[in-house]
Amino acid sequence: MNERQGFKFFAVFINMAWFALFVLVPGLMVVGISFLTRDMGSFFAWPPTLVHYKELVDPVYAKVLGNSLVYSLNTTLLCLGIGYPFAWFLSRAPAYRRPLLLMMVIIPFWTSSLIRTYALVILLKANGIINAVLMGSGIVSEPVSMLYTDVAVYVGLVYSLLPFMILPLYAVLEKMDLRLVEAARDLGANGLQVFVHVVLPLSLPGIMAGCIMVFLPAMGLFYIPDLLGGAKTMLVGNFIKNQFLTTSNWPFGSAASVFLLLLMVLMLGIYFLLSNRFNRNQTL
Amino acid sequence: MKRWMGISWVSLVFAFLYGPLLVLMVFSFNQARYTTAWQGFSFTWYTSLFENQHLLDAFVNSLIVAFVSSLAATAMGTLGAFAVSWYRFAGRKIFFGLVYSVMMSPDIVMGISLLMLFVLAGIHPGFLTLLTAHITFCLPFVIVLVHARISGFDPSVVDAARDLGAKEYDVFFKIILPMILPAVLAGWLLSFTLSLDDVIISFFVTGPGFEILPLKIYSMVKLGVTPEVNALCTILFLLTLAAVMTAHFLIKEKKK
Repeated sequence: MNERQGFKFFAVFINMAWFALFVLVPGLMVVGISFLTRDMGSFFAWPPTLVHYKELVDPVYAKVLGNSLVYSLNTTLLCLGIGYPFAWFLSRAPAYRRPLLLMMVIIPFWTSSLIRTYALVILLKANGIINAVLMGSGIVSEPVSMLYTDVAVYVGLVYSLLPFMILPLYAVLEKMDLRLVEAARDLGANGLQVFVHVVLPLSLPGIMAGCIMVFLPAMGLFYIPDLLGGAKTMLVGNFIKNQFLTTSNWPFGSAASVFLLLLMVLMLGIYFLLSNRFNRNQTL
Repeated sequence: MKRWMGISWVSLVFAFLYGPLLVLMVFSFNQARYTTAWQGFSFTWYTSLFENQHLLDAFVNSLIVAFVSSLAATAMGTLGAFAVSWYRFAGRKIFFGLVYSVMMSPDIVMGISLLMLFVLAGIHPGFLTLLTAHITFCLPFVIVLVHARISGFDPSVVDAARDLGAKEYDVFFKIILPMILPAVLAGWLLSFTLSLDDVIISFFVTGPGFEILPLKIYSMVKLGVTPEVNALCTILFLLTLAAVMTAHFLIKEKKK
């Protein structure tokens, strides 16, 4: 092996080995263990079984999965509804202002979601700022209980994940060729038609990317319902956490994790199909 | 009319994103312990924070994990990005596939899968398991960031160096590395913040003997809010702010 090949081998090998050891092997373990029997002593044991997947669709647990899907779906729609107009206006801001505005989205993107969730706790709690303002201005006489409600969980999820929706949307909207919009207008399209037939299709890859980046994490962020929702509201994330740390049911927790992985594969698959079709249309 | 709609929508969303953080920071300087009423400016909670040995220990642990894991991830990831940009090798596509699937896969799945790996391998949870987990989730970010930078420059530079007799080692350290240094530093800073902020993955791979700050904050907030946490979160936020702004500046520099 000559010197160049040696360096190449080293550079490729340590990365591949790392991913193989700490991503691939553990990932396969999750899938494998989800098909084994629960065992109190050694966490799991032979024989292979489908019982954990059957349990997942059992009404009791299917309700947890369903609830979590509803939370994620609503969070994604809320983020899209708030984030799309925001990203559009941002991409149409004067060019000299855009870097600063973009920076202001990137900062919360990187800031710890736990710290930001905690900031919401302070704001929403019974003797928190919002109640102080409401009572001070005489709008309410008793503190409104906002913490530990469904609304608080939604606020928390949207607050944490909104930047993940905005950034991919902004990336496609900023690159969009505005001459297409002008052309559509010249040809007599009204505002709504321009949006539905030109802007929306062109921003589809951004919408899809943003939705994936919000939908998937929204299923797993267990500390948000923990801190904002009390114990009633449960995401798949809370469920998996409990299987591993409270009841030590590795196979069941693994099966729920496989459900999340399948969801990820499904969404990425749709994304690649869409973006392939999109790119083909672009070149036509 | 349309302009005003735009400005007010953007302002409202920014108020939503920054309002709670601003309140948190302001109240970390509030004298009062139990009420939200303003009782005067004070550094009380910062002082009591620095007298709280448990919190300080957790903070130092977090800094150590973040520093070492981001450094290791940056070194490995830079080599990896160099390899995928300059070499053809079997499994190059698989490599990219792994990088992206790690970035996209839910944190909780990585957390439980590493937990099972460490338990079955008989490795005691603590510093080493945290370090390994943090390197794993930082690595893809470094690779993607540095790869973007490497693919942006002229390959003939490397050919010229090789023609002039540079060894592969020299090509990497004397030609490529200086050119991609801003992206490498940005990758390091962003890995540092990722590591410092992580809750979900750390939650599963941490051990009783080695507490880190985000998990400490998590358990404190579950028990009830204390003003010390306000001060702590303010410090953490400012740290993230500084790292992200520096990283952003470094990434922008390259485009000029």
